[in-house]
Amino acid sequence: MSQIATADFWISQVFNGVSYGALLFLLAGGLSLIFGMMRIVNMTHGSYYLLGGYVALTVIWRGGHFVLAVLVGALAIALVGIGEWNAFLKRLSGQELGQVLTTMGFALIFQDLALVIWGGDPYTIPVPAALSGSYTVGQLYFPVYRIFIIAVAALIAVILWLVLERTRIGAMMRATVDDPEMARGVGINVFLISMAVFALGATLAALAGAVAGGFVGVYPGADFEILPYAFVVVIVGGMGSLKGALIGSLMVGLLDNFGKALFPELSYFTLFAPMAAILAVRPTGLFGRA
Amino acid sequence: MRRALPPGTPRIAIAIVFLLLLVAPPFFSSFLLALLTQAVIYAILAMSLDIILGYIGLASLGHAAYLGVGAYSVGILATRHGAGFWVTLAVGVLLATAVAAVFGLVALRATGVYFLMITLALGMVVWGLAHRWVSMTQGDNGISSVPRPDLGLPWSFAAAVPFYYLAFAGFLLAFWFLRVIVRSPFGQSLVGIRESESRMRTLGYHVWLHKYIGFMIAGGVGGFAGVLWAYYNGFVSPADLELATSVEILLMVALGGRGTLLGPALGATLIVLLKNLVSVYTHRWLLILGGVYIGTIVYAPEGIVGALRQWTKLKGERAWAGK
Repeated sequence: MSQIATADFWISQVFNGVSYGALLFLLAGGLSLIFGMMRIVNMTHGSYYLLGGYVALTVIWRGGHFVLAVLVGALAIALVGIGEWNAFLKRLSGQELGQVLTTMGFALIFQDLALVIWGGDPYTIPVPAALSGSYTVGQLYFPVYRIFIIAVAALIAVILWLVLERTRIGAMMRATVDDPEMARGVGINVFLISMAVFALGATLAALAGAVAGGFVGVYPGADFEILPYAFVVVIVGGMGSLKGALIGSLMVGLLDNFGKALFPELSYFTLFAPMAAILAVRPTGLFGRA
Repeated sequence: MRRALPPGTPRIAIAIVFLLLLVAPPFFSSFLLALLTQAVIYAILAMSLDIILGYIGLASLGHAAYLGVGAYSVGILATRHGAGFWVTLAVGVLLATAVAAVFGLVALRATGVYFLMITLALGMVVWGLAHRWVSMTQGDNGISSVPRPDLGLPWSFAAAVPFYYLAFAGFLLAFWFLRVIVRSPFGQSLVGIRESESRMRTLGYHVWLHKYIGFMIAGGVGGFAGVLWAYYNGFVSPADLELATSVEILLMVALGGRGTLLGPALGATLIVLLKNLVSVYTHRWLLILGGVYIGTIVYAPEGIVGALRQWTKLKGERAWAGK
């Protein structure tokens, strides 16, 4: 494998890893906040990702623009998330087993409904001309769409950071993550904040799914394929930490890419084993607060 | 604190079911017999998870890993090295116990959601190896044509009915073993830890060591189920140890009633029957399975055994105190 020695190999692998990490950040950022605030292990998160992609696809089939499709997908799934949370999850706080099984039930139902509505064929979401093609630098190709994903993730990260750190509602959210009882005590509507965060997580997952549709496609099984990655990001970064989610995403994206390129036989092992090692030292993740 | 079943009716009902499982199967159709064989193997797996979930009181999302370790031990040793039943059995159970010993070191540092997530990650490590370590596991193609076991006994276990009896004997053995464990002072101290870890620590128990030993026992018995599963299926693949399988085992335990051993066995039987029988009639069986997940939590949070106990108002020692 002489290609390993070249700088081109490293640059393109780092680029691929970062762009995949950007996608993972969109998926897992919301999941991390949900964990941190409500301690909900949400097995439906992968389904939001899948459904977001499918809804966006339908909008494009009906003649909608790409941007409109992504937004409609994200908002539609926010409603699904609010419905699920209101109907079931809000009553199960503190019951890990109940949450896992209930959200798994929803994941199976969504999986089957998606199969009924959109069939079993894989699709790719067509991207606008401005986002297709690639930049060429010497021997290297940088697809515009991957740069677009990195830009979207960076934008969302900045917005989330500003909202969490610089606004009143963000302060309420942080307070609720840190100590829900005290937050309730000082008059914060923890119920409403929790619902908003759950909806936000669903929205971001659906956004990730819609964006990923133009990149890895939309297909049955994508929900359970991506779900462990989202969990890994959250575990590594630490639950409830935006910075942790960001660094965790980049780490997982890079580890996954280099693992597959350098040690194809052990690629998942190189992804999950370092994570287990981190957890052995810090059970709450790199930036988690117990 | 004797956690015996309430006297009278339940005991007789259980005896009748065991008797039926012993004498009726030769008269079943081959389809039903296959389902029953799957059910008793999954019952072993569910009972082993019950040690962690029902007795230690931690929800593990990686239990399919032990099924996988046991199954791949058989798949690799039996097809590539011509190993016999007793060798694969010993390797499968010991390897699964060893894996649990390593995983326990990492996972038992945490509780609650963190324990869930760490066991999920550890389960994915094993799945990842099965999926990608192609030279060892043949990846997604799986290992096929695993022969039926030869125990060195005068009769063969190749046909469906004898194999059922082998699996059923394995179930009885696992049930007896786990029942001895949970009724022993060790098992009772696990229940004590589940109810109040700090109290048990104050009383001088080595809480971590108790949990650790329980975790390893669960892993070893899970590996035993994996060994039988590989011989039953004749085929081992990464699909056996996916995340969805781990969640399904959790459902079996929760549906039957955690902390009761026979409850999870019943839950496993019901889920195996449901998955296979419903899929005969409709393609939409995932919808129904999803409904069972949600329905279990909404209508029977303590499982079927818990619901029955409440219904008959029999006050056997409650497996799971409070709400």
